[in-house]
Amino acid sequence: MNYFKGTQTKKLVTLPAWRSRLLFILLLAGMGILILRAAYLQSINNNFLQQKGNARSSHVMAISAHRGMIADRHGEPLAISTPVESIGVNPQDVEVTPQQLNQLARIMSMDIKEVKRRLLDTTHDFVHLQRQLPPAQVEQIVKLGVPGLLLQREYRRYYPGGEVTAHLIGFTSVDDNGQEGLELALQSELGGKAGSQRIIQDRKGHIAEDIANIRLPKPGNNIALSVDSKIQYLAYREIKSAVEQHNAQSGSIVVLDAQSGEVLALANWPSYNPNNRTKPSLQVLRNHAVTDLFEPGSTLKPFTVATALEVGKYTPESVINIENGVFRIGKHAIHDTHPKKTLLTVAEVIQLSSNVGAAKIALSLSPEMVWQGLNDSGFGAQAGSGFPGEAAGKLHDHTKWKPVDQAAISYGHNISVSLLQLARAYTVFANNGELKPVSWLKLDKPASGKRVYSDATAHKMLAMLERVVSPEGTAPLAQVNGYRVAGKTGTAHKVIDGHYSPNRYISSFVGMAPASSPRLIVAVMLDAPAKGQYYGGIVAAPVFSSVMGAALRQLNVPNDKPLGNILMPPTEIVREEV
Amino acid sequence: MARVHILLVLAVIGCALYVVMSQHKARNLLAELQQETDRAQQMEVEWGQLQLEQSTWAMPARVDKIAVNKLQMRAPKGQQTRLIYSKGSHESSVRP
Repeated sequence: MNYFKGTQTKKLVTLPAWRSRLLFILLLAGMGILILRAAYLQSINNNFLQQKGNARSSHVMAISAHRGMIADRHGEPLAISTPVESIGVNPQDVEVTPQQLNQLARIMSMDIKEVKRRLLDTTHDFVHLQRQLPPAQVEQIVKLGVPGLLLQREYRRYYPGGEVTAHLIGFTSVDDNGQEGLELALQSELGGKAGSQRIIQDRKGHIAEDIANIRLPKPGNNIALSVDSKIQYLAYREIKSAVEQHNAQSGSIVVLDAQSGEVLALANWPSYNPNNRTKPSLQVLRNHAVTDLFEPGSTLKPFTVATALEVGKYTPESVINIENGVFRIGKHAIHDTHPKKTLLTVAEVIQLSSNVGAAKIALSLSPEMVWQGLNDSGFGAQAGSGFPGEAAGKLHDHTKWKPVDQAAISYGHNISVSLLQLARAYTVFANNGELKPVSWLKLDKPASGKRVYSDATAHKMLAMLERVVSPEGTAPLAQVNGYRVAGKTGTAHKVIDGHYSPNRYISSFVGMAPASSPRLIVAVMLDAPAKGQYYGGIVAAPVFSSVMGAALRQLNVPNDKPLGNILMPPTEIVREEV
Repeated sequence: MARVHILLVLAVIGCALYVVMSQHKARNLLAELQQETDRAQQMEVEWGQLQLEQSTWAMPARVDKIAVNKLQMRAPKGQQTRLIYSKGSHESSVRP
């Protein structure tokens, strides 16, 4: 108990003065460093730090904008975008237990190794785990509560029409940009522009304040097409069954409003389901009606004859000698294989589809006139519909024509057209001689056309085309109960690698009804029917008849002929010249 | 002088408190707005889905199948149809 003793014995020592001074200097230096540091942080490095600070709480958030809806002319949706969530992950933030990993893989029906690989891919800041999941699955994943998982709203396109409208509408990519068909053609109208917004988030991730709209989102416009989805379905159903019945390679059908040039339906078979992400072969993806060219054959004869009528050299009653079915031009011979008579009137040339007759009419005109007539009717140039990949067709310049070319073109050889082009060209006969532009969009009033032939010529042609559909013509099967029909068959050898195939044909029929004042134009084409029958009047005309009949009823078009009098030829249908 | 100073200090404190209060209010309102926009978006999503559902159920192909197979319906033949014209319609058509 005497530990004071020692201290008491020692004397108080005075410390040297330098020690307190040193301490003072050290403290001063320490303070100086702090001041400098403070100055550095506050002024020189301020910007950087401010940014970092903001980055903790404020974010730029993307505001997604959806793609416009495509609807038919009555507002029925044909393509709709609905939001889906994509699951992404920041591999640096993610914490996942093996059990969660298992569940995650199961919900997304992905391979567990693949999920693991993506989760641990630390080379990226953001990795997509699975894109465009249905809402139910997303909910399950959110329930797992894995930290680091990010949801991203995206839009997915759905096509309620599926195969029926596949070629017409096309489809979009996973990023919702148009890839094919009208989705691509109308991309600039349909596509939305995503906006962005700067926000401050609180600790729980709720938005506490939005600082500024950097860019307002701009959703895409909704578009009303000219298509009538009921007629579209009818057309699709009939062309599909015809292709299957005749075992054809493919088939296409186009339905136009004869007065306005609007496309009411356009279908091809084989078709595909655009809702599936995996796409079929290019051959199936092709919209044959718009992008494929074929030699039309006899469906072109009316244009040659109309030109001849227009010039005034012929009337429907003018008589032409068809030389017993063989007509020689130099080394070449043009055949009519089923000549019924030696002398045919111009109307009968159309009705029986005589090649010799058409060739003789064409050769009596100058090449320029024939060319002009075809060119004015829209052949050899794009129909201007703006459809992606639209084919222009080939119509060689008349200065290069030899007489045999001129003859061949008169009955639809040495010229190639697309079905859409052909259908459009027939608006000339339906519209008192005016050619209408093709429109995919619903029009408020018919577009103004371009005059090709006079009123009188168009009416005479319409009357002649009506005779094709009579029991004595090549297409009695195209008759529609209760309506007068005018049209023309076509059968042509298919061109394969630049040569005419001897046993493959393209069968077509283009017609309009009611003939008293045409409302609709229907063009049907079957590529390489392989069940024995190949005449346009037998293969394509029945498709025309059922689609036209049903569509006219659908549109409530009044009859222009008594009901219930379909007359068929007593024996065989007149075969047209190929 | 001193009194003015005190008044000013009080005013400053009042303003500061008011700023805090209005900031709080603003945040609350924003949260509400956010909820409403979320709801609007949710409804938009639902609307799209319903539209899709409706058009899927009403697909002509499906209607066609049900009408023919289940309900045994068929299109009337020409002889079974009568056309009725409303007064004042001057269609140049032939009556059956």
